[in-house]
Amino acid sequence: MSDARLDVRKTYKLLINGAYPRSESGRSYEVTSAKGAFLANVAQGSRKDVRDAVSAARAAQAKWWNATAYNRGQVIYRLAEMAESRRDELAEHVALAEGVNVRTSQKKVSASIDRIVWYAGWTDKVAQVLGGTNPVAGPFFNFSIPVPSGVVGVVGVQESLEGFVEAIMAPLCVGNTVVALASETRPTPAVLLGEMTSASDFPAGVLNIVTGLTSELAPVLAAHEDVDGLDICGVTRDAADELAVLGAGSIKRVFRPRENETDSSLRRLRAFVETSTVWHTIGQ
Amino acid sequence: MAARGVASVVQVSTAPLRLVTEQDRSVQIAATIAVPTIESEAQLKALLTSLSGVDAVGADARAAKLSTRSIKKSTKLAAIEMAISMVDLTTLEGADTPGRVTSLCTKAMRPDPRDLTIPSVAAVCVYPDLVAHARSVLGSSPVAVASVATSFPSGRASLKVKLMDVRDAVSAGADEIDMVIDRGAFLSGRIGQVFDEVVAVKEACGEAHLKVILETGELVTYDNVRRASWIAMLGGADFIKTSTGKVTVNATLPVALVMLEAVRDFAETAGPTVGVKVAGGIRTTKDAIRYLVLVNETVGSTWLTPNKFRFGASSLLNDLLMQRLKQQRGTYVRADEFSAD
Repeated sequence: MSDARLDVRKTYKLLINGAYPRSESGRSYEVTSAKGAFLANVAQGSRKDVRDAVSAARAAQAKWWNATAYNRGQVIYRLAEMAESRRDELAEHVALAEGVNVRTSQKKVSASIDRIVWYAGWTDKVAQVLGGTNPVAGPFFNFSIPVPSGVVGVVGVQESLEGFVEAIMAPLCVGNTVVALASETRPTPAVLLGEMTSASDFPAGVLNIVTGLTSELAPVLAAHEDVDGLDICGVTRDAADELAVLGAGSIKRVFRPRENETDSSLRRLRAFVETSTVWHTIGQ
Repeated sequence: MAARGVASVVQVSTAPLRLVTEQDRSVQIAATIAVPTIESEAQLKALLTSLSGVDAVGADARAAKLSTRSIKKSTKLAAIEMAISMVDLTTLEGADTPGRVTSLCTKAMRPDPRDLTIPSVAAVCVYPDLVAHARSVLGSSPVAVASVATSFPSGRASLKVKLMDVRDAVSAGADEIDMVIDRGAFLSGRIGQVFDEVVAVKEACGEAHLKVILETGELVTYDNVRRASWIAMLGGADFIKTSTGKVTVNATLPVALVMLEAVRDFAETAGPTVGVKVAGGIRTTKDAIRYLVLVNETVGSTWLTPNKFRFGASSLLNDLLMQRLKQQRGTYVRADEFSAD
């Protein structure tokens, strides 16, 4: 018997509502490595896939927010555990996609996993930092807590795995659900990370990842009225302006990059929360 | 056996299930022949036996094929408005209150108060005890009041009780009665009893239209669906309806296809043109448009009116309104733009 065997090639699919469908449109496109070699066939999502992803995210949001912050932290930490056990696979894809050597890609994967752990820790601490008691004149106990905006669309920093992790984890950490567009040219690390959420007790629909052409999908996501927040760090300034205008049609919170900002993680935690204030009588 | 006062007895069409592809198969009704008068259970049985069997695989395949048809732009908008006008806005919960029915009726008359060009729905469908209330809210609007009766949803009561139920709803002001057939009797072969009940209920309805719920999810086979459709139509149904919405299996496209074909065949033997109502589990615009395509391809555009085709649904209306707004605005809209009831 010969040692030769057939290639088992992987199709990279969407992540919508905990399932891995091909695009509703049936399309796919070729992704190449940073050096131009064929890497994979990836599902080319359509506006209907974006719509399905938003519906799934909307349906999952209440459950995700109603879970205890502690539980959300455990789930996100579990994703870090999964990523750690598959770090070589992630590193290989990061190396191919980003065109870096293996050592650098291992560092990038480590940084990404550490970022996941960092956000896992933040889940039950955000309320203390962004909320608090308010001094009021009168016999009332008055306090504010941060509550999630709802469904967040991420057209985030796409050129690196760390950027993608940052963009999806911050809104998830504070109780939002996410519809993320993976990088058009380098989607495979994001898709791999998405696959790991299935083994991490992420409820279906909490994180949805759509691959495809950013120019086609981002405007649909930005204009969708059932999306409450928009991270548009992953496109050029002009494109971001257009997306922000589309988002303004339904008064979305919009998160944009700032120049010379070395770490945006704390700003990201504040980006997609609303403040809910409660008055409670005392001393009666 | 009760008999319907129709003149002559004719051979019923036994044509096999046809895969019709013409754009419009509006049925021409010949005035010279009439539906058979049912004199005995044996005759009814013979008639039902003479119906050809349903090609189940063919029906599934045909329904699946038609459901892939894509409707775009202005046609889609027209289909959405047509579907809205065909909705029987339904609330059949133990927790129904007059307040809830009030808001449902308001919504039925003006599905979206911001846009008065949207047609009102066909009817509201409630339990008998809420008919009078619905009637008073709807006033002189074109929206009809439909009421389920005959011990809905199980139909497990004596005929006397069922008829009381019907008369009660009719006297409270119901324009349409949705009765359930006795599935137990049907499945154990007592089809005469099923037929007699339909006839008796039709009589009790008086002026009110009668919709007969077959509860196809409990009838097991498509052949049974075809037979039950014929029993209901022979008994005088103005509409045949798929389901109560209270069992696991609700309306499906193949079942609707079988019923539409029964309706078509019945009309071709010069019976009256009977309507079809699909109910239960229809929640999206996509589903609704699939049914409209099925109707057009099976019985033709004559049936594409609220008098001949209905959707029994509650959450469907909001999705229709959402998709309509999406067509107009070009962006996907929020579900909470519309009232829940």
